[in-house]
Amino acid sequence: MGDNTSSAAVRTSLTAVPASGAQAGFTTRTVGEVVVPNPVMSARAVNVYYGDKHAIKDVSLDIGRNAVIALIGPSGCGKSTFLRSLNRMNDTIEAARITGSITLDGEDIYDRQQDVVQLRARVGMVFQKPNPFPKSIYENIAYGPRIHGLVASRADLDEIVQTSLQKAGLWEEVKDRLDHSGTSLSGGQQQRLCIARAIAVDPEVILMDEPCSALDPIATARIEDLIDELRQNYTIVIVTHNMQQAARVSQRTAYFHLGDLIEVGPTEQIFTNPGHKLTEDYITGRFG
Amino acid sequence: MSEPDLTPRARTRDRVAASLRRRYRAERRFRAYGIGAVAIGLLFVVFVFYTIISKGYPAFLQTYVQLDVDYSAELLDPEGKRATADLESADYQALIKAALRERFPEVTERAELRKLYALISSGADLTLRNRVLSDPGRIGKRESVWLLAKDQVDLLAKGEVDRSLPESQRNIDDQAIGWVDRLRAEHRLETRFNVAFFRNGDSREPEQAGVWGAVVGSFFTLVVTLGLSFPIGVAAAVYLEEFAKRSRFTDLIEVNINNLAAVPSIVFGLLGLAMFIQFFGLPRSAPLVGGLVLTLMTLPTIIITSRAALKAVPPSIREAALGMGASRVQTMLHHVLPLAMPGMLTGAIIGMARALGESAPLLMIGMVAFVADVPKSLSSAATVLPVQVYLWSSSPERAFVERTSGAIIVLLAFLLIMNAAAVFLRSRFERRW
Ligand SMILES: Nc1ncnc2c1ncn2[C@@H]1O[C@H](COP(=O)(O)OP(=O)(O)OP(=O)(O)O)[C@@H](O)[C@H]1O
Ligand SMILES: [Mg+2]
Repeated sequence: MGDNTSSAAVRTSLTAVPASGAQAGFTTRTVGEVVVPNPVMSARAVNVYYGDKHAIKDVSLDIGRNAVIALIGPSGCGKSTFLRSLNRMNDTIEAARITGSITLDGEDIYDRQQDVVQLRARVGMVFQKPNPFPKSIYENIAYGPRIHGLVASRADLDEIVQTSLQKAGLWEEVKDRLDHSGTSLSGGQQQRLCIARAIAVDPEVILMDEPCSALDPIATARIEDLIDELRQNYTIVIVTHNMQQAARVSQRTAYFHLGDLIEVGPTEQIFTNPGHKLTEDYITGRFG
Repeated sequence: MSEPDLTPRARTRDRVAASLRRRYRAERRFRAYGIGAVAIGLLFVVFVFYTIISKGYPAFLQTYVQLDVDYSAELLDPEGKRATADLESADYQALIKAALRERFPEVTERAELRKLYALISSGADLTLRNRVLSDPGRIGKRESVWLLAKDQVDLLAKGEVDRSLPESQRNIDDQAIGWVDRLRAEHRLETRFNVAFFRNGDSREPEQAGVWGAVVGSFFTLVVTLGLSFPIGVAAAVYLEEFAKRSRFTDLIEVNINNLAAVPSIVFGLLGLAMFIQFFGLPRSAPLVGGLVLTLMTLPTIIITSRAALKAVPPSIREAALGMGASRVQTMLHHVLPLAMPGMLTGAIIGMARALGESAPLLMIGMVAFVADVPKSLSSAATVLPVQVYLWSSSPERAFVERTSGAIIVLLAFLLIMNAAAVFLRSRFERRW
């Protein structure tokens, strides 16, 4: 990657960028197309503060349907913060405050009318550290459908558990021990269990925050394959520190820097021909 | 290699080797201190247990005397109607006295007779009364009955009276000792397991006094304490830990809870007296009020341990549940509370153990009264085990000494059981995640 011939064309300043969203009625300093046709979610002028700390600065970004978008950037740049604002997990942090708007299928998710419980059923989340409930594998998957009242009978539930585990590629490994504790699985299996748990409620969007950082290369490869398959039916937003991973699994990549969304574009283009100096420095490994 | 190796690396090695011995010595010394400290602690524990058990175990034994009782119809039912009321109020003491006179016909003088009658407990007539009431057909017949011996006889039979002391310093004189020895030689004196100790309430007569009243009193009191302090404490902890926003107000509450935990328990007794008895007019000496007072006392402990248990639940579990779309209450009820429950129960049991051993605040609310009846309800007069210990320890009769230790043994047994339950819960439900 980083094969960058036209470095003269790379912008070094954050100012005076022709706004790609100008015709959509807002301004942005981000390089590249933040807008996509028919997005699932779109963030407009989002600012997030932790007390006095300004963690996300005026970020606008569309999340395309049935595609994988990777969020990359140096540590502390606000990737997790942005991700967590997409399903309002930041609400659980007392000091966090958000401005701007984020919509899911055109509805503002921060609207008073919006129920967070329903939102999180539609925008699921997989965390960095596998965090299965200390309950049986079956109960782990069944929990979501149960609290959201998605099933009428035990047979339906069995069915959901099985298909979710199959989609997450875990069924063959655990089908004989569904009553074992979820915490008794290996790290990679636990993470796939968490993915299965997320898709059991059939969300539209799945947020993944560095889902492979605690896993070995083989388990990582399995999860990456899984992400690729899930793309058929789900929209996935993935945060990763692994450039190759971003290049392998995503179609679009967004580069964050100190709370700014510097650049967003097709993954191939970001990695081969970045439009901003900071992006280039990061992906060529000059910092980050 | 005859030259001494003087390179810096070799010197370092030598120095390390030299310091090693010192280090090992220091380590051994440190370990010796540790073992010494543990040994001293253990020694005290062994000493306490030895004195209490060696003093207290005779309380679990009780002496009985066998007499041939003549259920004389003239004495019991002179009118011959066999009316229950008559049988209930009949003079059964007289039967015992007659049986004693029959066994020791040589005793005739009034003073001596009184001494003879004192061999048998004043409560022994109840035994006969119960027998007659359960089967009036006994009237007019003779029967051998084992009757409760008086406390002095009991002590003598258990070898707790020093016969070498001058007669004036014993509470049983030579003549009575002679009678007891004679009864024993005739196999009419027996020391058995003291069922009454575990069945009776308190009594002025040591040989009739038991811990059951105090055990039931303690039980009622603890039921009230647990029933109130556990739900209130857990609810308060959950609210403070999971739902309350941090503010100056919650900080203030937190500081106050910590302070309350350090307030001497007798202060809670005074508070209970002023509030529950004088203001709300609840009955004195009742387990209900005792439980309320102990609730005030254990509440801070339970809140603090419950909050610690909640804090120990990893945040990743909460995130997982919230991320699945569980509401905060669902997250709490389905995931956090079950994981924190063992810790909370441990805290509650330890709090209960403290409450069980508490006497000072209960003295304030009148649970120190002499109560002979086993309490029947939360509002009947009662006492509790530690207060019973206190009461007996200040009784003048020598026979109460062993009963004091006996009650302490019962109290310690309950405390040990409760602490064992806490340890069991902790190890049984300890989870790894
Ligand atoms: N709960 C919080 N309270 C206060 N500040 C926070 C909190 N969480 C994050 N921050 C701050 O917000 C900024 C963005 O954090 P964020 O976790 O989003 O970074 P990140 O890009 O995910 O980093 P990493 O790659 O290390 O995970 C950081 O400077 C961080 O210190
Ligand atoms: Mg992060």
